[in-house]
Amino acid sequence: MPSLKALRLRINSVKSTQKITSAMKMVAASKLRRAQQQAEAARPYAERMERMLGALATSVANSPTAPALLVGTGKDQVHLLIAVTADRGLAGAFNTNIGRATRTLARKLEAEGKTVKILAVGRKGRDYLKRELASRFVGEISYAGKRRIDFGDAQEIGNRVTAMLAAGEIDRATIVYNRFQSVIAQIVTEQQVIPAPPPVVTEASDTGGASYDYEPDEETILTRLLPQALAIQVYRALLESAAGEHGARMSAMDNATRNAGDMIKRLSQNYNRARQANITRELIEIISGAEAL
Amino acid sequence: MPVALEIVSPEKLLLSRSVEMVVIPAAEGDMGVLAGHTPMIVTLRGGTIDLYEGDRVTDRLYVAGGFAEVTPTRCTVLANEAVPVGEIDRGAADKRLADAEAAYATESKNGTAAEDVALDRVQAARAMVAAAA
Repeated sequence: MPSLKALRLRINSVKSTQKITSAMKMVAASKLRRAQQQAEAARPYAERMERMLGALATSVANSPTAPALLVGTGKDQVHLLIAVTADRGLAGAFNTNIGRATRTLARKLEAEGKTVKILAVGRKGRDYLKRELASRFVGEISYAGKRRIDFGDAQEIGNRVTAMLAAGEIDRATIVYNRFQSVIAQIVTEQQVIPAPPPVVTEASDTGGASYDYEPDEETILTRLLPQALAIQVYRALLESAAGEHGARMSAMDNATRNAGDMIKRLSQNYNRARQANITRELIEIISGAEAL
Repeated sequence: MPVALEIVSPEKLLLSRSVEMVVIPAAEGDMGVLAGHTPMIVTLRGGTIDLYEGDRVTDRLYVAGGFAEVTPTRCTVLANEAVPVGEIDRGAADKRLADAEAAYATESKNGTAAEDVALDRVQAARAMVAAAA
């Protein structure tokens, strides 16, 4: 049986841990709301971009000079994996899930004889993947200390990937990120970005059946539109991941707060029992001492 | 019949309303869009989007380039950056022009592929300064 003092100290320490976890939960909740709003705000642009891309892609799809961003390099040898994780831990299995999915994918591709390159976004994923796959790293990006992610950040990643593609260093690119489903569910998603995923064919829009005129020609527009479309995909993945991170942290901290509460209850019970046992013992000692006289 | 105009940037939907006519700075010259326009997809250079009501300009926005999709009933502008002309900071515009010109100067010396991009930036910045004046 631990001494009363030891128990008291223990209870106090669990109480302060609980205070911290419940504060972290509150912070995560408010950040989650902001992240969700930001993700919501990015949606209209992405949708319209997709619509335009769909129209363009169908009109140049069979052209031999179609840009590599759209149709790939024609090879399937070097795969770039962009692993999007958070910069901070204490968010349950959020970061580990991405790390594990990326590792599994990398192993699978290598077993098929492909070359894998990894671009790690976020400090936690970098640390996780560095342990085993350090030789595949081509870059790492961290937004630690940044208040919010803006489109410029996504463009930077997009530009890097485009440059690698243009230099013939990669043939395909896939983003691995946590898609925000709800506060308790983040779904690990592998999204291929190069070659661009086939656009969803929307039924005849309001052009009255007529096809679009392009100014300048389709391919010039495409070469400008595609990097932008890539950036917006990266941007969405970053935002989803940010929202997912806060959601995951919120539920992890909620659990931690509850566990701390349970523990405090149990420890207090032990403490009270020990205190009562002490009192009883002292009483017995006094009474038997008095009787002996 | 009005045109449903939408201006969106990657960060948010900036404007969505019906206008009688809108003039957009297409890459190969300004383009007036009225209802019933033939469907087009165009790239934009840096310049101002003018919203017309009758023959009066009701709003002017500066865009730093982007894309536009025009259909008989809609005009959708995907802008990298859009600011109402009245809110442009003259100092920031001047600075951007200076930066863009400096970048262009180095690029054109090297004669790299980035030269065109830099030139576009210079032109977009020039349009911004002009709009602010």
